[in-house]
Parts: sequence; C-alpha cells; structure tokens
Amino acid sequence: MKKKTNDTLKNKYLLIGLSIVCVALILVSFLDSEVVSPIRQVSGVVITPIQKGINGFGSWLSGLTDNFDDAVTLRERNKELQEKVNTLTEENSRLIQDKEELDRLRELFELDGQYEDYEKVGARVIAMETGNWFNLFTIDKGSNDGIRKDANVISGGGLVGIVTEVGPTWAIVRSIIDDNSNVSAMISTTSDRCIVAGDLRLIDDGCLNLVKLTDEENRVHVGDKVVTSYISEKFLPGILIGYISELNNDSNNLTKSGFVTPAVDFRHLQEVLVILELKEYVPSTAVSEGTVVQGDALRQSEGTQTESETETEQ
Amino acid sequence: MRRKLTMAVIIVASVLLQSTVCQMISVASIKPNLLVIVTVAFGLMRGRRDGMLTGFFLGLLNDIFFNTVIGFNALIYLWVGYFSGNFYRIFYDDDIKTPLLLISICDIVYGVIQYGFLFLMRGRIHFFFYLGRVILPEMIYTLILTIVVYQVLYAINRRLVLTDKGGVDGIV
Repeated sequence: MKKKTNDTLKNKYLLIGLSIVCVALILVSFLDSEVVSPIRQVSGVVITPIQKGINGFGSWLSGLTDNFDDAVTLRERNKELQEKVNTLTEENSRLIQDKEELDRLRELFELDGQYEDYEKVGARVIAMETGNWFNLFTIDKGSNDGIRKDANVISGGGLVGIVTEVGPTWAIVRSIIDDNSNVSAMISTTSDRCIVAGDLRLIDDGCLNLVKLTDEENRVHVGDKVVTSYISEKFLPGILIGYISELNNDSNNLTKSGFVTPAVDFRHLQEVLVILELKEYVPSTAVSEGTVVQGDALRQSEGTQTESETETEQ
Repeated sequence: MRRKLTMAVIIVASVLLQSTVCQMISVASIKPNLLVIVTVAFGLMRGRRDGMLTGFFLGLLNDIFFNTVIGFNALIYLWVGYFSGNFYRIFYDDDIKTPLLLISICDIVYGVIQYGFLFLMRGRIHFFFYLGRVILPEMIYTLILTIVVYQVLYAINRRLVLTDKGGVDGIV
C-alpha cells in the first residue's frame, strides 16, 4: 500500500515537472526562436531521409498499380497521344514564332522577362504538417542547395508559399492557403493593392480571402489576375497568386473584399520550385503599411498583422 | 532497456507516419490523429507514467518538426497521457470500447484546445464551423483508425509484458 501511494505521488511530481518543462520551452520559443533552431537542425538531419523514404515507397506503390493497365488501353492511349503530339508540335512551332516576336518586343521595351529569370531549384514535397489546422509542408532541399529563410516557393506558375525554416537538407514551407498567411498583393491590370489571406474556413471552396482592396474607380472585375505586389516585404513582385472569383464592397464603402482562386492546385502538390533570390527589403516605418506580414499564430508582435488579421474577420 | 527501445521506435514511427502516410489517406483534407491513439493506448495499457512519457515525447517531436512554438503539443499530449493513465487497472485493456471512448474524448479536447489557443486568439470566432469541419470529422476518422492501430499496439504491449515478466513492472 505504501509503495502504491508513493508511485502516485511520484507520477504527480513527474507530471508537474514535465508540465513546467513544457511551459518553459513555450516561453523560450516565444522570446527567442533562434534558441530552438539547433535542436531542429539535428533532428531534421536524422528524420527527413526517412520521411523521404516512406514517401518514395508510397509513390512506388501507386506506380505499381498503374502497371496493371492492359495492353489494349495502352495502345489506344498511344494512338490518342500520337494525335496530340502532332497537334502540339504544330502549335509549338507557332508559339516559338510568337515567342521570338515577344522577345524582340521585350528587348525593345527593355522589360525583364517575368520570373523565369530568377534562379530556381526544384524540390519534392516529403511531409505535411501533422494536424488538420495548418498548411505547412516539408521539402527535400535545404541550405545545401542554397535555400534560405523567406525564399519564395512557386509551382505551375503560381505562388505556393514561403520558406519558414531551413535545415541542411530540408526546409519547411508555409503555403499561402494557411490560416496564418497574409500576402501583400495587387491586381495586375490596375495595380490596385490588396491583401490575400489564407483562411481555414475556405478549404472546401479551395480559395483565399481578398481583403482591403482599394479600387475607387471600380476598374477591378471578377476574373482579374492577382499578383504579389512591389511593396511586399518578403515576396518578389509579380508572381501570380490567382484570379478573383468574387468581389464585394465592404461596409465602409472605401475598400472591397472577396475571394481569390489560387493558380496552384494545393491538394495535389508534389513538386515545387524554390526561388533562390530573396526580396531585398529595407525595413522602414514609412512603407510598412499594407506590407506582407507573415507570422505565426503565437507570434503576433507586429501591429500590422493584427490589423490585417482582424480585417479578415469581418 | 528493450521496453524503452520499443517505445522510442513506436514514438518516432508514429510521428513519421502521421506526417507522411496519414497525409496520403486523408479524406476531404482531414487526416486522422495517430498521436492521440498512441498516447491514449499506452496510458491505458501501461499506466500513468508511461502514458505521460509517451505523450510528452510524441508532442515534443511533433513540435520540433512543424511548430514554431516548442512545447505546446507536448503539454497537451502529456496531460492526455496522464488522463488516460488513470483508467489503467480499471478496465481490461483487451476491450476495444474503453480506448474508443477515451480516444474520442481526448481528440475532441485536443481539437478544442488547438482552436482555443491558435484560432480563437486570432479572432476566429466561428467555433461551430471549426467543430463541424475539423474537430468532429477528425475524431470520427481517428476512431476508425483506432480499430486497426489499437490491435497492433495491444499485441506489441502483450509481447513487452510477457518478456518483462521477471522484471519490475511486468506483473500487472
């Protein structure tokens, strides 16, 4: 009997002790996120190869099932594809001509090519955030390949997210549909600025919130292209985010809000491109209004973030 | 020693599976919560101490990978393990009904805490939306997974108890 009460007491002490450890860890990571970074580096080096392996096994499995397609279907498909190749070749030669013309014109206007000029590195998605609340994922390239924190991530021509954490062989990316994500954006045709914010409530519709759009002359329409803005703190300018799918006047009659359908298919994201070039930004109070505020749920020290955050919640 | 090694392998494996395989089997972008299953199962089968330690390390590993704030999940899972450890010796652990009930309670509590600290604090006030869209579906999916996973964990624990029989904590 004595031993039993002793055990219960010991368990209680252990519980309290470990709870204190947790609280201390929370406080430490609040105050200085750099402290925990070494732990992350070490454990990441060990565990990402395994994640890569499990993922590779998964794609190998799904590849196996594809082998069961019988020869008839394959032949049919071959025929179909051959026709497609013919039409595409024709189209391609036409496009090459157009491109040459475009290049000439660009040269004439001294315009930069779009983001094809940035140096990029391809990476594979190897793991997702473990819960159902946020949209973070791990990729299999890291600082060894030149990826740095705040590097922009794109896929299929559209913006996917931003690198929040880097290890030697891996990096964690926060996608723009994450509930914490706010991207400073603009409408490509009119250069009107707005903020594109991720929202968990929109996961079924697969779209993003568009808020604080200043469009006094009513020139912005549904279907317009939304790209990252020039004043963004962390995102390179002119990267396609998506297209406006709905637009309404806010109750203050000064700004508009609505929804953006992203250009990227986030559900079937497998390969991404990381832009190695970082946005160069000089922090200054004069331009801070409306800039990108990328932060974490529990790290809301910047005033602008809370501002845009509450705006989303009207 | 053998026991500790097995536990460590199970903990690392479940975090790995949660971040890869659970993603592949997710339905309507909801994935089951393997970590709650493992924590509750060990609390129920091995008592408060092991439940607590399993939960703590699971949560910590999870935090290290995906959260900026380290210790948040560790704290929740620590208490989940302690709570389910209270039911050790009260129920027979080969009965699947108790773990099902405990896991559903813990998963809902886990969801509510996540919502409360990470969403409500940022002004996301529509609790019932999150309850219906994330918390409850996650719980149901987790329960379905429990039926399979619990049998596996139970078998592993049986093995451990049998080989440890001469040891200190072998006799139940």
